[in-house]
Amino acid sequence: MSDIEQRVKKIVSEQLGANEADVKHESSFVDDLGADSLDTVELVMALEEEFDCEIPDEEAEKITTVQQAIDYVNANLK
Amino acid sequence: MYEGQVALVTGASRGIGAAIALALAKQGAKVVGTATTESGAAQITTALEAHGGLGLALDVNDAAQVESVLKQIAEKFGDVSILVNNAGITRDTLLMRMKDADWDAVIATNLTSVFRMSQAVLRPMMKARFGRIINISSVVGHMGNPGQANYAAAKAGMAGFTRSLAAEVGSRGITVNCIAPGFIDTDMTRELPENVKEELIKRVPLARFGDVEDIAAAVTFFASPSAAYITGETLHVNGGMYMA
Repeated sequence: MSDIEQRVKKIVSEQLGANEADVKHESSFVDDLGADSLDTVELVMALEEEFDCEIPDEEAEKITTVQQAIDYVNANLK
Repeated sequence: MYEGQVALVTGASRGIGAAIALALAKQGAKVVGTATTESGAAQITTALEAHGGLGLALDVNDAAQVESVLKQIAEKFGDVSILVNNAGITRDTLLMRMKDADWDAVIATNLTSVFRMSQAVLRPMMKARFGRIINISSVVGHMGNPGQANYAAAKAGMAGFTRSLAAEVGSRGITVNCIAPGFIDTDMTRELPENVKEELIKRVPLARFGDVEDIAAAVTFFASPSAAYITGETLHVNGGMYMA
């Protein structure tokens, strides 16, 4: 597992209070991990902080699964 | 009671804001009060320094200044856990004569600033799973008052803002409430002509203007653990002149 994958999964599990084992690539924040709308906003904020970036709202809306978060970070950073 | 808490009170150089800042400071919070001028900020520092508090200059309409003040507070004391949106102005005139500038200035300083300040402190509050946002509105926002359409609109808007934000962030342990003072003895009401004051007092069952300490007491209550289950609410502190 790449470093970015690990960091994203760690943040997701911390923010959403889910076991790291339950945080799979295909996991949907809302449907699988029980996030509400405020949780998803907080999650995006946490990703911004971790990866020192700003995720525009229209991009943030498209990040609904763990894989999409990993892809976003991979595509937009470094 | 508030040891370890960091409170930010806007418009704290005089009147209700000064009393709120002092009350929170006396009970152990680290209090930062803001004023629009450096001399106002210095006055706040003088009032609060015995309790470890501080005055800073801040124009609540300037987003860059808001950011810089919050950064200074975070570095010196830590993140703000109690925000009191108290800064406010009046530009009283009958609507027939009200200029766009009178309307815009009051909405910006009394309402838009509440949005800006609240948004700015929200992130650390959400992380901490704790926060108190206390908005000082006015009885006029509920009753209306001739000559104050701008002021009443801003203060009523504050109540709607308060209820919406309370619904958004309640699950994070953050409460958002309003306190609606009636006629309080401050510079703002001292400007009123004597005969107007006499007429006003006739409408107050408790037969006097309120003291700034009456409002400060309501704020310290909302900020305290005792008020943990109250959110989205407006507490009227007006001597009975308006009973909601």
